[in-house]
Amino acid sequence: MKMIKSLGQYIREYKWVSIITPIFMMLEVVFETLIPKMMSSIVDYGINVPGGDMQHIYKMGAIMLALALGSLLTGIGGGVFAAKASTGFAKNVRKAMFEKIQTYSFSNIDKFSTAGLITRLTTDVTNVQNAYQMILRMCIRAPLSMIFAMVMAFLVSPEIATVYLIAVFFLAIVLAIIIRFAMKYFSNAFKKYDDLNATVQENVSAIRVVKAYVREEHEMSRMEKASDSIYQTLVKAENMVILNSPFMQITVYTCILLISWLGANMIVSETLTTGELMQLLTYCMNILMSLMMISMIFVMLSMSIASGERIVQVLDEEPDIKNPEQPCYEVKDGSITFENVEFSYQSGASEPVLKDIDLQIRSGETIGILGGTGSAKTSLVNLISRLYDVTEGRVLVGGRDVRDYDLEVLRNEVAVVLQKNTLFSGTVLENLRWGNENATEEECREACRLACADEFVSAMPEGYHTYIEQGGNNVSGGQKQRLCIARALLKKPKVLILDDSTSAVDTATDAKIRKAFREDLPGITKIIIAQRISSIESADRIIVMEEGRIDGFGTHEQLLATNEIYRDVYEAQTGRDADFDEVGGEA
Amino acid sequence: MADGKVKEVKMGRGRAMGPRPKLENPMGTLKRMISYSFGAYKIQIILVFVGIIVSVLCQARGTLFTKELIDKYIVPLTQSENPDFTDLKGEIFTMAIVYAVGIAFIYLYNKLMIYISQGTLKKLRVDLFRHMERLPIKYFDTHSHGDIMSVYTNDVDTLRQLIGQSIPQLFSSVITIVVVFACMLITSVPLTVVTLIMTTVTLFVSKKVAGKSGGFFISQQKSLGAVNGYIEEMMEGQKVVKVFCHEEKSLERFYELNEELYQNAKKANQFVNILGPINAQIGNLSYVVCAVVGGILAIYEVPFFQMLSLGSLASFLTFNKSFNMPINQVSQQFNSVIMALAGAERVFKLMDEKPETDEGYVTLVNAKYENGTLTETKERTGIWAWKHYHKADDTTTYVELKGDVVFDDVDFGYTEEKMVLHNIDLFATPGQKIAFVGSTGAGKTTITNLINRFYDIQDGKIRYDGININKIKKDDLRRSLGIVLQETNLFTGTVRDNIKYGKLDATEEEVIAAAKLANAHGFISRLPQGYDTMLTANGASLSQGQRQLLAIARAAIADPPVLILDEATSSIDTRTEKLVQAGMDRLMKGRTTFVIAHRLSTIQNSDCIIVLEKGKIIERGNHEELLEAKGKYYSLYTGNQIGM
Repeated sequence: MKMIKSLGQYIREYKWVSIITPIFMMLEVVFETLIPKMMSSIVDYGINVPGGDMQHIYKMGAIMLALALGSLLTGIGGGVFAAKASTGFAKNVRKAMFEKIQTYSFSNIDKFSTAGLITRLTTDVTNVQNAYQMILRMCIRAPLSMIFAMVMAFLVSPEIATVYLIAVFFLAIVLAIIIRFAMKYFSNAFKKYDDLNATVQENVSAIRVVKAYVREEHEMSRMEKASDSIYQTLVKAENMVILNSPFMQITVYTCILLISWLGANMIVSETLTTGELMQLLTYCMNILMSLMMISMIFVMLSMSIASGERIVQVLDEEPDIKNPEQPCYEVKDGSITFENVEFSYQSGASEPVLKDIDLQIRSGETIGILGGTGSAKTSLVNLISRLYDVTEGRVLVGGRDVRDYDLEVLRNEVAVVLQKNTLFSGTVLENLRWGNENATEEECREACRLACADEFVSAMPEGYHTYIEQGGNNVSGGQKQRLCIARALLKKPKVLILDDSTSAVDTATDAKIRKAFREDLPGITKIIIAQRISSIESADRIIVMEEGRIDGFGTHEQLLATNEIYRDVYEAQTGRDADFDEVGGEA
Repeated sequence: MADGKVKEVKMGRGRAMGPRPKLENPMGTLKRMISYSFGAYKIQIILVFVGIIVSVLCQARGTLFTKELIDKYIVPLTQSENPDFTDLKGEIFTMAIVYAVGIAFIYLYNKLMIYISQGTLKKLRVDLFRHMERLPIKYFDTHSHGDIMSVYTNDVDTLRQLIGQSIPQLFSSVITIVVVFACMLITSVPLTVVTLIMTTVTLFVSKKVAGKSGGFFISQQKSLGAVNGYIEEMMEGQKVVKVFCHEEKSLERFYELNEELYQNAKKANQFVNILGPINAQIGNLSYVVCAVVGGILAIYEVPFFQMLSLGSLASFLTFNKSFNMPINQVSQQFNSVIMALAGAERVFKLMDEKPETDEGYVTLVNAKYENGTLTETKERTGIWAWKHYHKADDTTTYVELKGDVVFDDVDFGYTEEKMVLHNIDLFATPGQKIAFVGSTGAGKTTITNLINRFYDIQDGKIRYDGININKIKKDDLRRSLGIVLQETNLFTGTVRDNIKYGKLDATEEEVIAAAKLANAHGFISRLPQGYDTMLTANGASLSQGQRQLLAIARAAIADPPVLILDEATSSIDTRTEKLVQAGMDRLMKGRTTFVIAHRLSTIQNSDCIIVLEKGKIIERGNHEELLEAKGKYYSLYTGNQIGM
């Protein structure tokens, strides 16, 4: 219910068409239901009178034609308006969701996951659109059609209408039971179906392993077993569903035979006319058809409820990072201070990700960060541009708490090159201009030169106008990383954070980039997270992270002398176990 | 980047979202689909058809009953002095039986249809999968995985509609149309003519409307594809959007696309929604015209025609409805048939892909030495031999499997036009370790793809224990090669299942021994269910390093004489990496190993280092020799690019 209310507000400008549609559907039903009545009148007063009454037949015929036309027009009207209302509604919902997601912070995005957000915006919205259209058209039409037919039947003959009422009652119960059981089997089958698809997916992506171990036959027999189990479940489910039709038909035909018998008796005793009998037989079909329709609508709507709920979750999510009321628009310099910072991704999580962080970084310093997986290096730097908010303590940039700054200003001054980075479909230039809309081509080239990207971009067939495919799939990992660095440089930030951003770049190029940073960007505070000690050993100071704490902070020499972890890693990487530094070097 | 080079060949789009393609050969596909689906169920299909025919006949008989009820019973009874209802009772009883038979037959054919359609779908999935497993690696490298998956998820699903619903309904509609038409002719010829005229009008109008809607549907699909594509891209990059404060910008384009989708979806939906009432109401018009004409015929005697009885009129009006209904159904099914055929086309396309061919005839057999000569044996001896039959002189020779690999002037390209490897010569004697180094795109992965014949070479020869690998049965060749890829793929199943993947009949002791060799035993023992821990989604619950340890154990249990290793780049934490390294080193011991190397220790320990550049071997030798040479290897090693 809350969901319906919540989604209802997005009908907005389509409110009127949403009201008109059911009215049209209602009229359509009324017109349609009256047609058999006219027919009965033709039979009773046109044909079944001595010599026949042509006049009456024409008159009734004309009325019926008018009714059919009216029904046609209102039907078309209803259809047209319903389409407008439902697609418009979907447009509004999609828009509202997309806008909402733009306000999300990183932790909001994490909560739903990218794939989750995509499904909600696409499949779920389509489901809700279809459901809305069905509500506007069928949900009105089917019950109304049943009610009208029932009322008309009662007007003709209450006795026979009672037969209908009993039949409807009986069928409704039977259908409900069947649906209940079938749904259970179906949801079971769909789960198995998902598993099966997962197996196929697994085989597609691991085909090299399958073939290398010659396990084709093994996989086939696994798949056959899974298929068989789906087959069994679906057969059960469908066997349940087809019970619908015999029950339905038994009811219909029992009604017809009963009416025939009762009707014949009543006609003979002159309490019913032949025309009325025909009319009743038509209504019988109408009523039971509508009932069938209602049960179908019920099944389809219940499937879209889940979609509606998932959409509302997105819309109801409160972004947990907002602009301050009176934001500060200027970042003085690139100094960074952490005061007693504690941080966890979920409030109330037992173990914070970062604990007792106190740091002083001077403007213009180059800081390296080293630490194993899960040591919270990324979490630490994410606090600087306020991608997440601290749980305790505070983070200062340029001497002010990051929560005081206007978000856009802060994020433009603190440029982050994310670990999992993306390029967007568009030309190289368009991608670079994410950093600065108004950058000239020369500025873009300059940024690329600093990031050692100019060379390969220039070598591409169309240079800076080369089209980058979605996700940057037509450039290599190392090239992508360098373009992402160039993009961030175009912001001309005061703080630049590289989160493992040169992992796929070969050492030589990595060294060149660092050299360019040192010589050409002396004023920028640079924070570099890296796995390779060679990437950070020349930094002014190095932070060693271990399990959410700062284990050491100092120059390369100091750490070598005092920090055990640092020494270990250094020895591992330069000694016999070292990386041969062509590591993924996608030059 | 496990398949570094190969990925460039990949052209597929992530997801098929564009408009449905025009059907290439709809009739051919339909015919093939029908023979595929129903071929195995000939008897059942005949029974279904019989069931449909009987049930339609029963229904028609039921409608004619209305005529008899009025003409034979009600009218005479109202005129008789003391009405006798016994005859009517009998007739109603007969009708009850007719209806019951009809219901029973409908139920029976529905039930049969379930087994036919679900059985076919099961067969379809299994056949698809079986065929897919036999496709060459090239197929997977050149088709996007999303597109392959969509054949299983979307296309097979549309076929379910076609087989389970559309085809039986089309058939039953056609039968109904024929039977009802016959009944109509019997009841009244002039009214039949009227009905036919009205039906023609319906078909004409709905064809017009449907034709118009086609264009709108294509635009709708296009905009939907555009919006979904944009959403996908922006959601994937949402964090980057935040970092660059690009929210407003990304909304702008979204508004445009969203509005466009609304306009197109509105139009497409409106056409669909109009089609329903038009069909229904022209049906009603047909009913009205019949009623009026029928009324006239019932009152006046028209030359050449029998006078229409009241009962006939009542029956005819019902026939009129049951004639129009199946026609509407056919036109509604039409769209889903087209959709299904497009799906069927893609399904068959996958099924028609050429499977991996194998002309190899040299097989791998268990062997033992008897009096100094190698002979074949049934039991596992730990010694393997290549069984080589020579057609020329009708003799069979046995060569012991040792792991001696020679490349002789090998050229290779993923496509004919573009060669990736040129004049590759190399050899590895049993137990030797060969390391490949070079930048990505140099052809390291490609070389390893050739040894196990994931790809076939264009020119030159690769010999394995002196035998041209083209002569060796692919399965046996691959069985003799172990492989550990950089990107670890695990399968849904327990940890034990995953290790046993290397040797399906391995004993528990062998599993544990392999795990210990790979350094995986430690972490497995600490898992809550140990070796019985279920892994799903490629071992998502494990760390990257742990997954690698399992992959090493999997290769260890297979115990192959030749290994192909693709070392992982060092994104894992130092501690696990040490374990992985030690595991790898132990695995390599005593085996001929080809390793795409990233670690210095691996390279230094190699018997031979092959430096590749642009598909050519530019340097070879051991670590010291290559450092001495001060060439490419030296510059890579020192990180000093000067002199290149």
